[in-house]
Amino acid sequence: MMLQPRFTGDLSSLHTHAFGHRSLTWWGVIAFFMIEGTAFAMGAVAYFFVMNLDQSWPPPDVPLPGLLAGALFTVVLLASEIPNTMLKRAAEKGELRRVRTLILLLGAVGTLLLAIRVFEFASLNVWWSDNAYGSVQWALLFLHTLHIATDWADTIVLAGLMHTRHGQEGRRFVDVAENAMYWRFVWLCWIPFYLMIYWLPRWVP
Amino acid sequence: VARRYIVTAMVFLALGGILGLAIRLQLARPESGLISADRYNQIFTVHGTTMMFLFAVPVMEAMAIYLLPLMLGTRAVAFPRLNAFSYWVYLSGGVLLWVDFVLNVGPEAGWFSYVPLSGPEYSPGKRTDIWAQMVTFTEVAALAVAVELVATILKLRAPGMTLARMPVFAWAMLVVALMVIFSMPAVAMASGMLLSDRMVGTHFFNQQEYGDALLWQHMFWFFGHPEVYIIFLPGAAFVSEITQTFSRRPIFGYSAVVLSLVATGLLAFGLWVHHMFATGLPRIGYSFYTAASMTVAIPTGVQLFCWIATMWDGRPRFQVPLIWVAGFVVTFVIGGLTGVMLASVPLDLQLHDSYFVVAHFHYVLVGGAVFPLLGAIHYWFPKMTGRMMSEGLGKLAFGLVFLGFHAAFFPMHVSGILGMPRRVYTYPENMGWDTPNMIASIGAFVFALGVLVYVANALISLKRGALAGDNPWDAPGFEWATSSPPPSYNFPHIPVSTGRTPLWEHRGELPVMTGLRVDDREMLLTTVIEARPDLREPVPEPTLWPFISAVALAVVLICSMFTPWAVLLGTPPVAAALIAWFWPKEPQIEPEPVIE
Repeated sequence: MMLQPRFTGDLSSLHTHAFGHRSLTWWGVIAFFMIEGTAFAMGAVAYFFVMNLDQSWPPPDVPLPGLLAGALFTVVLLASEIPNTMLKRAAEKGELRRVRTLILLLGAVGTLLLAIRVFEFASLNVWWSDNAYGSVQWALLFLHTLHIATDWADTIVLAGLMHTRHGQEGRRFVDVAENAMYWRFVWLCWIPFYLMIYWLPRWVP
Repeated sequence: VARRYIVTAMVFLALGGILGLAIRLQLARPESGLISADRYNQIFTVHGTTMMFLFAVPVMEAMAIYLLPLMLGTRAVAFPRLNAFSYWVYLSGGVLLWVDFVLNVGPEAGWFSYVPLSGPEYSPGKRTDIWAQMVTFTEVAALAVAVELVATILKLRAPGMTLARMPVFAWAMLVVALMVIFSMPAVAMASGMLLSDRMVGTHFFNQQEYGDALLWQHMFWFFGHPEVYIIFLPGAAFVSEITQTFSRRPIFGYSAVVLSLVATGLLAFGLWVHHMFATGLPRIGYSFYTAASMTVAIPTGVQLFCWIATMWDGRPRFQVPLIWVAGFVVTFVIGGLTGVMLASVPLDLQLHDSYFVVAHFHYVLVGGAVFPLLGAIHYWFPKMTGRMMSEGLGKLAFGLVFLGFHAAFFPMHVSGILGMPRRVYTYPENMGWDTPNMIASIGAFVFALGVLVYVANALISLKRGALAGDNPWDAPGFEWATSSPPPSYNFPHIPVSTGRTPLWEHRGELPVMTGLRVDDREMLLTTVIEARPDLREPVPEPTLWPFISAVALAVVLICSMFTPWAVLLGTPPVAAALIAWFWPKEPQIEPEPVIE
């Protein structure tokens, strides 16, 4: 038995894109936040679990991690939120030229951060294969490097995209805005990791 | 994709089932030399791994991918290309495990691969690497589907379908998808750490270098226990849907049922340590996890009473799907009760790693998920294929499966109490275990015969079953408002929801909305809570890139079992495939056609 359709409304006047929680992309990004956040939390769990078992942190005769590279990285990362916010606002207003400039700038910042990150690994002063302390330190830094690298690659691709004629589409501006939101998540996750990698070994007896 | 997913998962069920039969064949008699100890270890590991990672979770998610767009009244699942990607990643993981098993290098350390048994010292060779990498594959696939499900349920519902009018199945899948999101990263991290311990010499689980083996157990069970409810909640929701339709009244206590689902989802994260009672815990830990494990029985009890009330107050028709529900209730209650028994620490310490536990979890998993699933497939088969499954053969299959199942698994309670440990490839005579094992083995073959009848029924019905029509069961959900099988766009017009049982509210007519593009694929986004129409979203065209991305990822993951450099060398091709996937196709410049 076929049901007879009874028309109760018309949808043709609806828009085809919107920002924030109205867009499907936003929900996808939020779901990925939850996944990555859980993975990071598990990394932290492993860190504290191992720390709790050790007699001292770091273990005897392992030198403390050097501070310079990590501090530099943190300053650059936090400062990048300024152009990032400008980019997000420009995307939401649909200002193509500002978006094109700023997204290139953020791509460059990402490159710089990845370069500093190489020195961070060198300044841990421990190998992953030395002991469990070394393993978790490398694991945390590695996880966050993946995070930075993914968003950096995403930014570069988007930057390329915005400089083609695809950049004029409204939905691309949504992509840029969501990418900027993702960058916020990247630096928010870094703060506890920074403290755990560089400062907890100094604070914990 | 969803149907392909379901069929693949069923193939893995059959393969896992054959291994189960092999186990029973070996254990039928004491001191049987049919299967060698090492082969036996591989068999039970691959049996458990297949059932949990390759069958149970994927099949539930696949049913959701198929059913939810229809139930929610929308055109497609959110992020359809991610869906394709997920399928190919999942298939690669399953093929990896099974090819290696056939080559006699299957993993052998149990489905949970405890360290140190699975660590570099006690499991040389590639076997555990294969297990751990298979976990990576299936977790990537399951997480991708979970993201789709959350987005679909929250944003793609039909206009008017507020959260409070959503089908119970959609609620269950929302809870399940969130559980997947919060639990699977734990096992993915754990298996990554295990791989790095084995491949590059880290010491996460190495006691000698201040690592700890219990870290593995915590991380594994933080995933492993929610996993059980990830499998059970969809089963419970099938039961709710079937009970409602066949009792011919809306589900009794909708709010209570939904709250129970949510409560189970929350509690599931608070009781993983009950798998570790035997490892030594602080006293407060014992009390807390015992209490939590007993508490989780309460929401399930609430649901049971709601189902009984629905049947009591309705006019039940005992057709095959409802008979499966009845079988589920009996079996699951027994499994639930042994679960509460095991939650108490002294009993658990006594029965830990015995056949009692094997009996318990087969009762809850087969009873709680497989029975409802078989009922659900019988119920939605006409929608998927356009033809009905035979009632006669269906009842025969149920009878054989039900009897065979109980004959196979009930005696295990007995042999467990008599002290028979799990995962032994043989046992000596005169321990009192001979008879229960023999009965169990006979039961297992009756069970398998029942499954064969079920499969035969499905295959015969596919060719010769009675034509179903749109709504053969007179069911109330939107999935029955379109033709069987549904067209690729699901609904010609987007339906409008006016209540929890929309088709029972407007007999013979369907309120709908028009205005989506007719010359291109488009779907409707609605607001999260009230489901007011909000945006029109273009549906991406199918492309080959998700498949290529999945293949590239599979190559990287498999090569990385042999050299860590594969990760570095393999990343550029994966990234290139992903970029090609995301690169937008030609922008649409033609104006929308206007229909006067």
